[in-house]
Amino acid sequence: MLNTRENRVFQTTAHIVMMLVVLISVLPFLLVFMSSITEENSLIVHGYSLFPQKFSLYAYEYIAQKGDKILRAYGITLFITVVGTLVNLLLTALLAYPLSRRDLPGKKFFSFYVIFTMLFNGGLVPTYLMYANTFHIKNTIFALLIPTLLLSAMNVLLMRTYFRTSIPEALIEAAEIDGAGQFNIFFSIIVPLGKPILVTLGLFAALGYWNDWTNGLYYLTGTKGEDLYSIQNFLNKLITDIQYLANAQFSGGGAQAAKMPSVSIRMAIAFVAMIPILVLFPFLQKYFEKGITLGAVKE
Amino acid sequence: MKVRKWAPMFIMMAPGLIYLFINNYIPMAGLVIAFKKMDFRKGIWGSDWVGFDNFKYLFTTPDAFVITRNTILYNLAFIIVNIVVGIIFAIFISEMVNKHMKQLYQSAVLLPFLMSMVIVSYIVYAILSPETGLMNKTVLPMAGKDPVSWYSETKYWPYILIIVNTWKGVGYGCLIYLASIIGIDRSLYEAADIDGAGKWVQIRTITLPMLLPSVITLTLLNVGRIFFSDFSLFYQVPQNSGILYSVTNTIDTYVYRALLQLGDTGMASAAGFYQSVIGFLLIIGCNWLVRKLDRDSALF
Repeated sequence: MLNTRENRVFQTTAHIVMMLVVLISVLPFLLVFMSSITEENSLIVHGYSLFPQKFSLYAYEYIAQKGDKILRAYGITLFITVVGTLVNLLLTALLAYPLSRRDLPGKKFFSFYVIFTMLFNGGLVPTYLMYANTFHIKNTIFALLIPTLLLSAMNVLLMRTYFRTSIPEALIEAAEIDGAGQFNIFFSIIVPLGKPILVTLGLFAALGYWNDWTNGLYYLTGTKGEDLYSIQNFLNKLITDIQYLANAQFSGGGAQAAKMPSVSIRMAIAFVAMIPILVLFPFLQKYFEKGITLGAVKE
Repeated sequence: MKVRKWAPMFIMMAPGLIYLFINNYIPMAGLVIAFKKMDFRKGIWGSDWVGFDNFKYLFTTPDAFVITRNTILYNLAFIIVNIVVGIIFAIFISEMVNKHMKQLYQSAVLLPFLMSMVIVSYIVYAILSPETGLMNKTVLPMAGKDPVSWYSETKYWPYILIIVNTWKGVGYGCLIYLASIIGIDRSLYEAADIDGAGKWVQIRTITLPMLLPSVITLTLLNVGRIFFSDFSLFYQVPQNSGILYSVTNTIDTYVYRALLQLGDTGMASAAGFYQSVIGFLLIIGCNWLVRKLDRDSALF
């Protein structure tokens, strides 16, 4: 690049704009964190702020001591993320491998069967009625695991393409000639050689489970449902209750409002829910960028 | 030999195919509920047919227009803003000489994309909360302005939703554009340097034209989904505030509220059917166009 005046102006402008972008991206998370370590009365007087007047770790002490519901929600999120991701990957890979074989009988039909689910969709009403009334998954752990998140047609297609283009056919054929069964081939050739796509798509499945709150919103109700709340559902309930109590204050809900987790605790719980993503961020970013080059993040 | 080879393959595919049958195909058939009066004792299949009654009710309400308008206009705004902002950021990042800064900027645009909408709604709440928010307690007093009750003033929400959507979502498009820019043949820029072309000329005559195919493809795929909205954004971020429905209600939030908060299966199923069918036609139409322009990017 030539070191002309115009190029220097361009570089400077780009740096200024992008530094602003960095601030706009990061400061909101910092606001949540700073609010979570602000003393309660200071929050009520000065509001949520990046520069708290008085610090307090009360919110985190509260979570550590009385936060059994929060810990439970955290545990449920961890459980559905691990189990959901593993089952998702297994289903995806088991469907993608046969589809990647050029000579699979009925290949056109099966591909269309998968693709059509991306084009046409029954939507919430029949899906909800089926899961709630036919399969009775309401207020069970399956409500968080099964609807929508267990298999993505897009991921099946991406994995199929990866298997087809990155795993040498000759290798599979040689194993077949040696008399290896298909399951043997799947676990000893496809899975090890498909590791890059499995890790990438696995991370997206995990992110999907970790961040999902709609399944809980639809299928978990009442106190029985609350026992199964994921951390996202717990946060959602908390903020809904705040709204509810704010409206009820005029009709004597003040006493109840006093029992609510305080202003700082809300933000502390939100921050606790962010931690895994913040900690895993460099790892997630690496695979996200890899995913783009694999065409893996099409949607 | 043949059977021994393919039988295990069909067994492998079976769990995935069965899942898609249950999760996707049964609900497609279940769309017929839009033409029935749902009776929970009789179930979807046994309920009585009522022809187009549910649709007649739906389209006599003002909601039908509002949710269609909101869904389409917000999507159009999101598509345009995300393209413009995404491309600007991608060009800036691609021109960075310093590797560490480049990495920092890429991380910054991606970070919000990985967070859940519930977390985003907490961030928005920390900023906009009427009693303790950053805006009402710090920013507005500093500017000498009166506090605003954000969650009950409709006029701000089109901007808030567009800003939140851009803040959370722009990183995804940006990194795709960045990958396309990195793929552009460097010798084009070297030749332009030799000819004495400045940065702006290079962007206008090399970068933008080379980006066009991926912009068109991504846009058409998004236009195909213009009848579907991000439920979490429109439900969670405005905190389901009833006063704001005229500017926050989309087809997806309408269907959810009609089905699970009001128990009006008829209205919900009619709106859902309307979304599924028009959405299907749009996806097919846009995909047909994508296939004409760039075969590899088409879904089928």
